[in-house]
Amino acid sequence: MSGIKDNWLLKVRNLTKIYGEPNENTLKLTGPSCNSNICPETESIVACADVSFDLFPGEVLGIVGESGSGKSTVVKLLYFDMEASGGAAWLKPFSNGHSNMLDASNQQKRFIRNHLMGMVYQNPRDGLNFRFSSGGNIAEKLIMAGNLHVGNIRDRASGLLDKTEVPVRRMDDRPSSFSGGMQQRVQIAKAIANNPPLLFLDEVTTGLDVSVQAKVLDLIRELQQELGIAMIVVSHDLSVIRMLTDRTLVMKNGRVVESGLTDQILQDPQHEYSQLLVSSLL
Amino acid sequence: MIENKKYSNKYNFAFIDESTKKEIRRKLLKAVAIPGYQVPYSSPEMPISRGWGTGGLHVSLALIGRDDIFKIIDQGSDASVNACNLREFVQMMTHCKVTFDTTEATLIQSRHRITEEVLKANQLFVFQVPQPEPLRGVERYENKTRQMHGEADYAKMWVSLYESFVRYGDIMLGAGYPVKVNDRYIMAPSPIPRWDVPNLNQSEALFLFGAGREKRLYVVPPHTKVEPLEFEDVKFDIERFLGKSCYRTGSGKAFLDELFLDDGSKQFVVNDSNYLDKLAAGNPVRQHVNKYLNTIQS
Amino acid sequence: MNILEINNLSKVFRLHILHGKKIEALKNIQFSVQEGEIIGLTGKSGSGKSSLMKCLYRTYLASSGEILFSSRAGKIDLVRADDHAIIALRKTEITYCSQFLSVIPRVTAVDVVCESLLRTGNKEEARAKARGMLEMLGLPTELWDAFPVTFSGGEQQRINVARAIIGDPRLLLIDEPTASLDQKTKDTVIDMILELKKKGTSVICISHDEYTLERLTDRRLDLRFGELTEAAMVS
Repeated sequence: MSGIKDNWLLKVRNLTKIYGEPNENTLKLTGPSCNSNICPETESIVACADVSFDLFPGEVLGIVGESGSGKSTVVKLLYFDMEASGGAAWLKPFSNGHSNMLDASNQQKRFIRNHLMGMVYQNPRDGLNFRFSSGGNIAEKLIMAGNLHVGNIRDRASGLLDKTEVPVRRMDDRPSSFSGGMQQRVQIAKAIANNPPLLFLDEVTTGLDVSVQAKVLDLIRELQQELGIAMIVVSHDLSVIRMLTDRTLVMKNGRVVESGLTDQILQDPQHEYSQLLVSSLL
Repeated sequence: MIENKKYSNKYNFAFIDESTKKEIRRKLLKAVAIPGYQVPYSSPEMPISRGWGTGGLHVSLALIGRDDIFKIIDQGSDASVNACNLREFVQMMTHCKVTFDTTEATLIQSRHRITEEVLKANQLFVFQVPQPEPLRGVERYENKTRQMHGEADYAKMWVSLYESFVRYGDIMLGAGYPVKVNDRYIMAPSPIPRWDVPNLNQSEALFLFGAGREKRLYVVPPHTKVEPLEFEDVKFDIERFLGKSCYRTGSGKAFLDELFLDDGSKQFVVNDSNYLDKLAAGNPVRQHVNKYLNTIQS
Repeated sequence: MNILEINNLSKVFRLHILHGKKIEALKNIQFSVQEGEIIGLTGKSGSGKSSLMKCLYRTYLASSGEILFSSRAGKIDLVRADDHAIIALRKTEITYCSQFLSVIPRVTAVDVVCESLLRTGNKEEARAKARGMLEMLGLPTELWDAFPVTFSGGEQQRINVARAIIGDPRLLLIDEPTASLDQKTKDTVIDMILELKKKGTSVICISHDEYTLERLTDRRLDLRFGELTEAAMVS
């Protein structure tokens, strides 16, 4: 069982994001034990602190917690949408996992974003450019990976839209004319355009009505099974977590209060907050 | 009595004071060193409003010497109002010789055209640029576009070309087709027609671009690679006039203007006025050479 | 060879919502299971049978003690093993068949059954194997491509069993495998488990059904108030 330790795809250690000017007591005075993420001495805000985990290839990790618990911050830091205040993260396909990707140059970060990661945001406006057609949005990812052949781009884009069940004849329409569920599927098509080994899903079903939610979840599950993409699923919805994930982190006030197998978190939660969370659902 | 020649003229030579000229020249040297890179500069007050050719004027006046021969055109014409006024202003401020003849001129200022006649190593060619930022159409924030240039992150530009092709079946950029300079920066060649874009490539002359309102200078040095952006399967092309020819000279191998004559008939005429005059008079002319022009029978 | 050694296993639930109230579910459980052995877990409702199963599967975190499992890669303590190691074992060596089918909605019966194989192996082979099992268990063919959420108790039960044994696990934890099945299907399920036993699979089985226990088990363990009774310890 020793070999299994080195099998990670993404390794995250002490990932921290603090807004404002923290002092040496900030981390001690915030967190779930203080029930706050605002430092009383400096008023700095600890969005997340000391988040550590390993993600294996093809594994689906859930991050669950209430609004403001820092769960979205974690994926945004890893996708370089924000800059971390501290901590490190290694991604196996990036320099064979030897260098901290958070310290990479902007060009390297862009390479990682384009080739090694995909992100699906809660709001399609964050992930899609509404001034481009849905095909153009996918083209952007393909172009960034060096594909400059319009014919090939259109073939690949229509294949992806087909896979995500967006009518291919709407490829040249702007996503602003699409329904919410369809926008979300275009976003997914864009995110997986370059076959990344890692996909972040940030509250992807929040705000969709139930039947559309189900379709989006089914799509994600199918893609996971078919392509074996590792995923980090951020959600406050425990049924989404139950349906998609193998392991789960529970976050509160910017800290991970519990991590474990998803069925264990749901059936035998240890931490006070996890118990509250689970009991509110069931 | 000692004659004070220094103050006999109300203005400094070429209007702009020497230290400001120095600043502009310094910025131009930087621009030469980094082909296609937009260098911010002071853009001092001029007696014309910004957006009316101040950038071009700054460059021309900062570089002009007493021996220079100045030519200025506006969309190919030496005689348009804008060109005439600026020519008069430069002449008043410098007493330099001015000309219409492209081959004679040493300093040519232009709005929206490159001359039809080929340029030589001793010529400076100055563009008046309204919008120096080629990425402005896809990204409205300056700090973002600067970062995109810095990191050569041009995917959005390419997507806009893709979108244009998808929407209209062609890359429908009439003027100001984006080019990549020296394999690095994407540059707006000012709104010159596509016809002129290939002539920026590996030129003998020095091309200088001044955007007064936007306070940017940039340069394409001689013998620099300038390529229009194109996909592997969707290529750049110049305007095609499909067999039309100039009604005065019969030439079909020049950028043509559409013209409605007094009798209501539509004709075409060579846009470059000096080139037209030379052709009409039967004087010898040497046109630019590029692979697109080679495909047109003259 | 022992495939499983359980030493001093205890489980205490601490309910923070009820002001830290403690519930002792398992006390000092101690037994071992040999390769190819089938153990029957008996006891009244609430005696801790399912808790024990869930501790073995790590759905519950044991409070103290150890569960030594002889995996293909060596001995591993299921109480303290890393989550990833547990996930790896669940994929290949340990399967759990609960009393109730909890499946992902909108997945067909066939795909539910072969889910563990779909991730890694050839999809068509996996589905063929699943169909074969459903046929053996007598699930009507028109249900194979339907969604099991709507199935009857007996139909769900069969899918649940098929799903647990399709990957030839080394340790099968199975909760009431034959409840709500007719006699014929009951026998089929029992035969299938015995078939696995021949291949070396060890089974821990909760059942209230004397017939099933009689046919299936080598040994019975009786739980009472979270403890193994004397009789069980002796045998």
